[in-house]
Amino acid sequence: MNYIPTREEIIADHDNVVYERTCLLTDNPLSYCPGCGHGTAHRLIMEVVEEMNLQADTIGVAPVGCSVLAYDFMNIDMQQAAHGRAPAVATGIKRLMPDKFVFTYQGDGDLAAIGTGETLHACNRGENITIFFVNNGIYGMTGGQMAPTTLPNMKTATSPYGRDVETMGYPLKITELIAMLPGTYFVSRQSVHTPANVRKAKKAIEKAIQYQKLNKGLCFVEIVSNCNSGWKMTPEQSNKWMEENMFPYYPLGDIKVPKEK
Amino acid sequence: MATVKGEIVVNTERCKGCELCVPVCKEKTIKMSGNLNSKGYHFATSINDDCNGCTNCALVCPDGAITVYRVKLKEEKVN
Repeated sequence: MNYIPTREEIIADHDNVVYERTCLLTDNPLSYCPGCGHGTAHRLIMEVVEEMNLQADTIGVAPVGCSVLAYDFMNIDMQQAAHGRAPAVATGIKRLMPDKFVFTYQGDGDLAAIGTGETLHACNRGENITIFFVNNGIYGMTGGQMAPTTLPNMKTATSPYGRDVETMGYPLKITELIAMLPGTYFVSRQSVHTPANVRKAKKAIEKAIQYQKLNKGLCFVEIVSNCNSGWKMTPEQSNKWMEENMFPYYPLGDIKVPKEK
Repeated sequence: MATVKGEIVVNTERCKGCELCVPVCKEKTIKMSGNLNSKGYHFATSINDDCNGCTNCALVCPDGAITVYRVKLKEEKVN
């Protein structure tokens, strides 16, 4: 009979660890609701930065929105930008310090609503920054109001009968929009609701960070996420709802990949 | 006979009881505890010895509350 080690013996040896929380996240408890994809997205970005040993050379720009306190959670140099202006701030940082890895972390209210102009022009100028865009189709922090990315017929606090596209317009596919611009180098859309998608998202984040070193243009990774509080669902229900409703409108995958030479 | 054995350690104060780790565990090792942490959430806990250390639960945990351990079991030679 084989000897089977006990639980205490296994967890006593740190060599047995196959997965633990990265040290680039601070010990502060995350301010997000239970089950929110923001926490996973934070962790993935910090894991990649740690694996690539870039923690001393990374500057992040935090947005306004649910992730406004990102600088409290990410244990790297961070800068807080005015609402929607993170790409503009990141542009300045990158131009002054071209050797640093500069990224912005923005939600859909920040990037696709008030900051559309900054985002489009930063992408069009081809700034050598990386943008991480978390899209949950709603204004989460302010109480679940309709966002530009809200799906047609989706009920929110300000569209209680569902989003009527005739009066409120269509959801903004900003990721497809910026993929058409010649200034962007790598554009991808991922999600973090299942282990397989988390692994794929991590690969996309790795590419977005590696490509910044090439100085070929802006890298953009959208992460379709849930907002279970805003959608009034449990975390598990909201992930299922996201698969059924968000993914047909926001299909996952790489939208613009560099041409291999 | 399984050749690997895993264990998870949940940081019970960090866990917010979102239950996302429960459906992704193929071995049905994780269950929500009946106890509460200081924030008032039911935290995840390991209920059996079937864990194989696949790290699925830790990958989907938004709060990074799960640490996964894995050991290889030594094969016993016949003869």
